[in-house]
Amino acid sequence: MRLHEYQAKQVFADAGVPTPASQLAETVDEAVDAAEEIGYPVAIKAQVHVGGRGKAGGIKLVENTEEAREAAEDIIGMDLKGYHVSTVLVEEAVDFVNELYVGVTMDRGEGEPVAMVSTKGGVNIEEVAEEDPDAIAREHIDPAFGMHPFQARKVVYEAGVDRDVANDVASVLTTLYQLWDDRDGSDVEVNPLMITSDDEVVAADAVMNIDDDALFRQPELSEMAEEASEGDELEQKADEYGFDYVRLSGNVGIIGNGAGLVMTTLDLVDYYGGEPANFLDVGGGAKAQRIANALDMVFSDDNVDSVVFNIFGGITRGDEVAQGINQALEQFDEIPKPVTVRLAGTNAEEGMEILNEELVTVEHTLEDAVQRAVEYAKEVEA
Amino acid sequence: MSVLVDEDTRVVVQGITGGEGKFHTEQMLEYGTNVVAGAVPGRGGQEVAGVPVYDTVQQAAREEDANASVVFVPPAFAADACFEALDADGLDLVVAITEGVPTQDMSRVYRKLQETDTHLVGPNCPGVITPGVAKLGILPGNIFSSGNVGLVSRSGTLTYQVVDNLTQRGIGQTTAIGIGGDPIIGTDFVDALELFEADPDTHAVAMCGEIGGEDEEEAARFIGEHMDTPVVGFIAGRTAPPGKRMGHAGAIVSGSGTGTAESKINALENNGVPVGDTPEEVADHVEDLL
Repeated sequence: MRLHEYQAKQVFADAGVPTPASQLAETVDEAVDAAEEIGYPVAIKAQVHVGGRGKAGGIKLVENTEEAREAAEDIIGMDLKGYHVSTVLVEEAVDFVNELYVGVTMDRGEGEPVAMVSTKGGVNIEEVAEEDPDAIAREHIDPAFGMHPFQARKVVYEAGVDRDVANDVASVLTTLYQLWDDRDGSDVEVNPLMITSDDEVVAADAVMNIDDDALFRQPELSEMAEEASEGDELEQKADEYGFDYVRLSGNVGIIGNGAGLVMTTLDLVDYYGGEPANFLDVGGGAKAQRIANALDMVFSDDNVDSVVFNIFGGITRGDEVAQGINQALEQFDEIPKPVTVRLAGTNAEEGMEILNEELVTVEHTLEDAVQRAVEYAKEVEA
Repeated sequence: MSVLVDEDTRVVVQGITGGEGKFHTEQMLEYGTNVVAGAVPGRGGQEVAGVPVYDTVQQAAREEDANASVVFVPPAFAADACFEALDADGLDLVVAITEGVPTQDMSRVYRKLQETDTHLVGPNCPGVITPGVAKLGILPGNIFSSGNVGLVSRSGTLTYQVVDNLTQRGIGQTTAIGIGGDPIIGTDFVDALELFEADPDTHAVAMCGEIGGEDEEEAARFIGEHMDTPVVGFIAGRTAPPGKRMGHAGAIVSGSGTGTAESKINALENNGVPVGDTPEEVADHVEDLL
């Protein structure tokens, strides 16, 4: 779960990382008032989870009231790479001489956290990592001990940070690691960390991604993250139902159990010439109501022309699944979209007997079910 | 023969008094697994499905001569349960079924693991099965059959699918290992492949990977350099868009082109591993190699 910039900045500021003066605004008037109060120049920044906001017109630097109004009018309500901008952060523009990147993330290959510093801040750090990996100094941290102070200094000097600000940068890094550790971060970053002509360090942006699996022990962040949740209506509905769901651009709706099997079903739809409309994993042990909810979700996607169910029961029982499918379909006078079902594994035979074959098409193998669903989708399109 | 699990495997179930723990203990017993003890703090002296329960894993291991454990403990306590199992004397296999364990917790368990000789499988995995002998976990026993193909997979239900394709055409398995789809896991592909390579009864291996991370690429290099036993691959997530997490915490394609299905398939094929486009094709390739 990713926090918005303004939320992450609040968390960082509370922990002692220097941040510029800023205010959140939801209307143009609020934005202008905030700018007057902070004093020009200010940056007006769209609060959406999109990388490269500046290039996409989501961040503007303004010098006076007129410019502030114009920028706020442009940004509030705009569509930024598919995300609707409803709030902006109005922030003191920092006069800087240098920009750094400072961050902590999980190195999954090594199974331990890594602290990183680069003097190539202010740009897309993923590109730097790819094109010039040596420009990022790295230090792995033993998660049992945490980060020793010398490790913070080591990586800061290794990166070639100016001696005059090295201690302050090391202190920011130490704080980021503590936040990462205490708050179950997956990525905690400042990019850019600006260095002013007075050798002050200021966090001009803030990234905080929290491990979804740890939200149960981070109630405060969990609440913030809920506020920060974004996505279209269907993705929000999936959150409510508790499904792993990703909307895609095709027209074959896909419901299955288990991430690997659902991904495989998507791939097979593509392999047989169709286009998947979504990834929907009902998870393990889904009962009838959950199956009905899944069908409701996929039916409410207007792009879907045909639906395929692929269930391989382990914990999940085929008879429960079949009941859920019947239950969801029996409420329609006419089935809105053709449904193809493939059941295997635990209680699959019982499930096949229960399934109302007037409502669905039953197939016995994964390959047959996917091909049938793709055919149906093509018939609808034709 | 088999890897990790055989007729001498004696199992402690951690969390045996919980709903999942109890149900799957019964299933494991029914399959023939030697479940010799349960471990739940405060429940020592009780019995579940005829199995004696102890307060600690150490007591269970000592009293019942156990050498393996299966963890059915809720996510908040799962890492502690793994630490307890790794600390107990005599356990050389720990299988963690729990889904949703915080990654930082696993990072600490992973570090502890480096100091021991114990194999940890999981978390967020279906478990390990040696067909006809024993299963540790939640895999549906009836789809497996005994034979000479090893199977290792990051996804539970995909394991079932591929095993079904194999069993349907009469190809049995030595052992199937579900390693789990989380970013940090105990036993990875390379560890599993190493075990299969050393097992004279495993004549081919089916390896099911997915998008995210670089474990499959590493496995491909290992196969190229160290394996004589032929391997067949499958990679799920070819159609996944970058930046979106597909269910498994590990299944996310990074924006910069690493961890993609394409890079994994290329790595495998460049090391002589045929990769099936469908689970059925995986079975075709395995059949050709045997």
